[in-house]
Amino acid sequence: MSATENLGPAGTGAATAPIPQVLREPPESRSAVGGAKKVVWIALLAGLSILFLYPFAWLVSAAFKPQSDVFDNRLIPSTFSWNFDEVFAAAPVFSWLLNSLWIGALAALGVTLSSALVAFAFAYFRFPGRNFLFAVLLATMMLPPQVTLIPTYLIWNELGKFTTEHAWLPHVGVNTQYPLWVPNFFGSAFYIFLQRQFFLGIPRELFEAARMDGDSYFSMFRRIALPLAKPALIVTFIFEIQAKWFDLMAPLIYLRDQALFTLPLGIKTILDRFGTGGGGEGEWQIIVAATLILTLPMVVIFAIFQRYFIEGIATQGRKG
Amino acid sequence: MASVATSTAGPGPRERARRWFSGFRERETWTAYAFLLPWVFGFVFLTAGPMVASAYLSFTNYGVEQIAGFSPTETVGTEHYRQLVHDEKIRLALRNTFTFTVMMVPATMIVALALAMILVRIGRAAGIFRTIFYIPQITPPVAAAILLLVLFNGQVGIVNRGLELLGIQGPFWTTDPSWIKPSLVILSVWSVGGTMVIYLAALHGVPRQLYEAAAIDGASQWRRFRDVTLPMISPALFFTFIILTLSGLTNFTEVYTAYFGAGSTGAEAPDAALMYAVYLFRQQFEFFNMGYGSAMAWLLFGIAMVITLVQVTVSRRFVFYQGGQK
Repeated sequence: MSATENLGPAGTGAATAPIPQVLREPPESRSAVGGAKKVVWIALLAGLSILFLYPFAWLVSAAFKPQSDVFDNRLIPSTFSWNFDEVFAAAPVFSWLLNSLWIGALAALGVTLSSALVAFAFAYFRFPGRNFLFAVLLATMMLPPQVTLIPTYLIWNELGKFTTEHAWLPHVGVNTQYPLWVPNFFGSAFYIFLQRQFFLGIPRELFEAARMDGDSYFSMFRRIALPLAKPALIVTFIFEIQAKWFDLMAPLIYLRDQALFTLPLGIKTILDRFGTGGGGEGEWQIIVAATLILTLPMVVIFAIFQRYFIEGIATQGRKG
Repeated sequence: MASVATSTAGPGPRERARRWFSGFRERETWTAYAFLLPWVFGFVFLTAGPMVASAYLSFTNYGVEQIAGFSPTETVGTEHYRQLVHDEKIRLALRNTFTFTVMMVPATMIVALALAMILVRIGRAAGIFRTIFYIPQITPPVAAAILLLVLFNGQVGIVNRGLELLGIQGPFWTTDPSWIKPSLVILSVWSVGGTMVIYLAALHGVPRQLYEAAAIDGASQWRRFRDVTLPMISPALFFTFIILTLSGLTNFTEVYTAYFGAGSTGAEAPDAALMYAVYLFRQQFEFFNMGYGSAMAWLLFGIAMVITLVQVTVSRRFVFYQGGQK
C-alpha cells in the first residue's frame, strides 16, 4: 500500500483519492454474519473457485499429454509428453513471443509517458480551451475503433509506399510492426482520464514549491508529478501490456509475414492449421501447448502486479 | 472541474473573448499546449482526420482495386447505406449481436454482484477468492476461445462429461446453432472478475450506519438490499451496464478465433456466430470493401450511441450519486 499512501495528505479524501483501497478489508466482516454462516459461504466460494480455475488446470495438464490423450479429461496425464518441441518446430513461436514482448513493452512505455504528459497538462495548467479539449478527449472514448480503422490503415499503406520509394528511410507501413506501437506515443483517452484523476489528487502546493525552487514546468513534471503518480503509471503500463497481449485485430490487419506475427495472431494460425474438424481429430496437443505459452506470461505478470490490476479496475468504477 | 478564466456573469461576449485570447499571452498556456502536443497530433491524424475520411469513404466505391490504383474512386451516393438495409447478413449479424448482448450483460452483472456480495460478507478470506475469480480476466481472448472449443466440445468436452454425471445430455455447444451464443455468454461470464472487483469496491464504500439504521427500522434483508445496497452502488452498476453493453456490441476476438479465419475451422463458419464486429472486419479487411465497410462502421457507431443515450436517459431516474447529481 505504501506507494499510494505516500500521497496521503489529509486533503485527499474519498472524493479525489483515485486509487481506492479495495485491498484493505474492513476490520470486521460487514454485516453480522455468524461463524457458521461464514463457513457455508466460504465452502460455496471454494466450490465456485473450481469452476473458475478448472479450465487452467485442464490446459496445463492437456499441454503435457500425447495427441491421443488430449481429450481424456484426466487431471494428471497418464503418459507425459513434451509437446513444446513440436510446437517450436511447427512454427516460429519463440520469435512470436519475443515480438509480443517487445511490441507490448514499447507500446506500454509510449502510452504511459505520452498520456502522463497530456494528463498532467489537463490537471495542472490553466489555459484557454482546456475544458473544450477535455470534453473532446472524453468524447473520443465513445468512438468505436472500427470507424477509424480503414483510414488509419490507408495512412500506413501510403507511408509504406512512400518509404519504399525513398529507400534511405526506414521501411514503415503495412506489414511492418510500426502500426502496432507507434500510435501509442500519442496518448490514449482512457489512460489520460485515469492519470488526470490521479494528478488532481496531488496537492498543488507541492508543484508551487518546486516552481519556487526554480524548476521549469517540465522538470517539475519529471521530478514531482511523475514519481508521485507512480501507481497510476504502473496501472497504465500493465493495462496496456495486457491490451497488446490480447489484441488480435490489429495484427490481423497489419501483419502478413509469419516472422512478424505477435503471439495471439500466431496461436490463431496454429489453431487454424492443426485444429482440423475439432474434437478428436487434428493435432490438438500442439494447439493446447501453444495456448499454454500464450497464457502463462500474463499469469506471471498478474502474479507480480496483482494489486495494480485490481486497484486499476476498481478505479474505473469510480468514474461513474 | 475548475472552470477556466471565462467568468459567466458580468462582462459581455466581446470582453470575454478578449480575456480568453489574452490567455495566449501567458507562458503557462503555451507550455500546456506543448504538453498536449502528442495527443493533439494523435487526435488530428488518428481520430478526427480518419473520421472525416471514413465518412467520405462510406459514400464511395473504395475497395481493393482503388487501393491498387486500377480503377478510380467514384462516389456512389447513399448506395451503401441503402445496401445496409437490404443486406441479409447485416440483419443476421445484428440479431446475433443483440441476442448475445442481451444475454451476456445481465448474466455478467448478476453473477458479479452475487460474488461481490458474498465476498464482502466473509471478511479477510475474501482476498484469495477475489484473486481466483479475477484470474479468467487475464486469459488472452485467443486462449479463451481455444478453451471454449475444447471444453465445450459436444463429444469429448469436459462440460458435457460433467453434465453426463448429472444425468443431462449436453448439447453440441460449438456446432449447434442454437447453443453457440449461450456458450459464448458462459465464456464471457467466466471472466466476470473485473465487474466483480468494481462492485466490491462500491460495496466497501457503502456506509455501515445505513445498514444499522435500516436494521433498527426492522428492514428485512431483501429490503436492505433493495433500498440501501442497490441505490448506493447504482453508479457502479450503471457504469458496468454501459461498458458491458458496448463490449457486447463490439465483441470480436473470441468469436473470430473460434469460428472464423483461414483454417478449416472457419470453412463452415456457422451463421449463428456471425457477430456484427466480425462481419464488419471481414467486409473491411478480408473482402476489402472499404466503402461499404465504412458505412457499416458508422452504423455500429450510431447503434452504440443510441443505446448508450437511452441507457443514460433511463438510468438517470435510478442512479443515485452521493453528494448530488453529477
